[in-house]
Amino acid sequence: MSAELSRTPLYDLHVELGARMVPFAGWEMPVQYSGIIEEHLAVRHKAGLFDVSHMGEARIRGKDAAAFLDAIMTNEFSSLQPNHARYTIMCYPDGGCVDDLIIYRISKDEFLICLNASNAAKDIAWMNSQVGNWDVKIIDECTHWAQLALQGPFAEKILSCLTHLKLDTLKRFGFLIGDVAGAKDCIVARTGYTGSPGFEIYVPAAQGSAVARAILAKGKPDGLLPIGLGARDSLRLEAGYPLYGHELSEKISPIQAGLSWTVKFTKSQFIGRDSLLRQTEKGVASKVIMYSLNDRRIARPGATVFSGDQAVGEILSGTLSPVLNKPIGTALVGSGSKTDTLTVDIRGTRLPLQITQTPFFK
Amino acid sequence: MSNVPSNLHYTKDHEWVKVEADGTVTVGITDYAQAALGDVTFIDLPKVGKQLEAADVFGTVESVKAASDLYSPVSGEVIAINSSLNDTPDLVNREPYEKAWMIKIKLKSPAELDKLLDSSSYQSLL
Repeated sequence: MSAELSRTPLYDLHVELGARMVPFAGWEMPVQYSGIIEEHLAVRHKAGLFDVSHMGEARIRGKDAAAFLDAIMTNEFSSLQPNHARYTIMCYPDGGCVDDLIIYRISKDEFLICLNASNAAKDIAWMNSQVGNWDVKIIDECTHWAQLALQGPFAEKILSCLTHLKLDTLKRFGFLIGDVAGAKDCIVARTGYTGSPGFEIYVPAAQGSAVARAILAKGKPDGLLPIGLGARDSLRLEAGYPLYGHELSEKISPIQAGLSWTVKFTKSQFIGRDSLLRQTEKGVASKVIMYSLNDRRIARPGATVFSGDQAVGEILSGTLSPVLNKPIGTALVGSGSKTDTLTVDIRGTRLPLQITQTPFFK
Repeated sequence: MSNVPSNLHYTKDHEWVKVEADGTVTVGITDYAQAALGDVTFIDLPKVGKQLEAADVFGTVESVKAASDLYSPVSGEVIAINSSLNDTPDLVNREPYEKAWMIKIKLKSPAELDKLLDSSSYQSLL
């Protein structure tokens, strides 16, 4: 079993740092080092370094690259400027999600796509099946890159000691290409999955471990900690970011997930447009909500949500918010249910869901 | 390395049992268990007076990652619970063998203690 798991270029570093390694999406990944809550708070108040090398990458190259992406993605890429990135959903014709992605425009005819680890092979196969007569090449670069995320209020101070790139000129979702800690041709983007300020850094795989070590050493005096997947999940939930397989899936469309802003109906055609437009105009059967609980118990994925005695949905994600010090999460509930009277069943106890419209951390 | 005090008894489910001078027993979870669970956020304990059989579920310990059942190492009556764990469940992470005891049990059958593991047998399972 474990022989089949992939290891990132940082595997030896994780073991040295005493990480607890777990299987995740076919990879052997660190779930925690010092503890989920401590790591979470380090990112909120200081800085944290994540190994996200399990994420996949694909390059789209050709004179039709932008038009091709406009045709298969919900967001618009012909209008994206080079050195900028954009979040998007890739949908099936019925509006279900193939994946959610960040796409970087490298140049007029070239883009780099960041793929979820568990979906990378599926995404590349799907995109290849849509190429048809478009003049594009899809290049699998999953093994080419190590990916690091440096997040937290001290992230910029730490990274600026290790690169000549002008980080202070980077706006959110902007990126630069250059040297980081001696590694050439790195992509440094002001993006992240935590809600705190910071960067995602694509490093050629062979230099990934050295760059991570340099960042950890440089950040140590500022309280930088290595961060595992456990805190990655609690950070993204506090910030209200979806995770594929939970808030988005082949069964949960971007309209249901509250991500209408990623769907550009102004484009004349793209895969899923008709279904998503119908959902927007006629309403959806169920939708994703965010909640907190005034309790210590955490509602786990799959727990049933009730309105009165009637089961109206289920929990999609649940964790403890270290910032609020109470349980938070997301649920998929029937659109007709009254949101002020929802409860969740946790091992036989019904607890009221406190519904929120805005993320818990901004 | 997990701390496994030699004066305690253990179960394969990672509970510890301390035999008190009056013959009652105190029960908690081991250092290994708290480390495996990670940050503990909630502990559900039984009411005083509850009758337990050995291997009954007597409560739940919940961490950021998961909820796990707690199994009674012995049969008997719950004569005390550690209510300080309501407000400070993280005591389980900090002092699993001392302040984070969970329940005290009046034994039905002291012979059951012989079925528990000693520290070296428990250590060999880790």
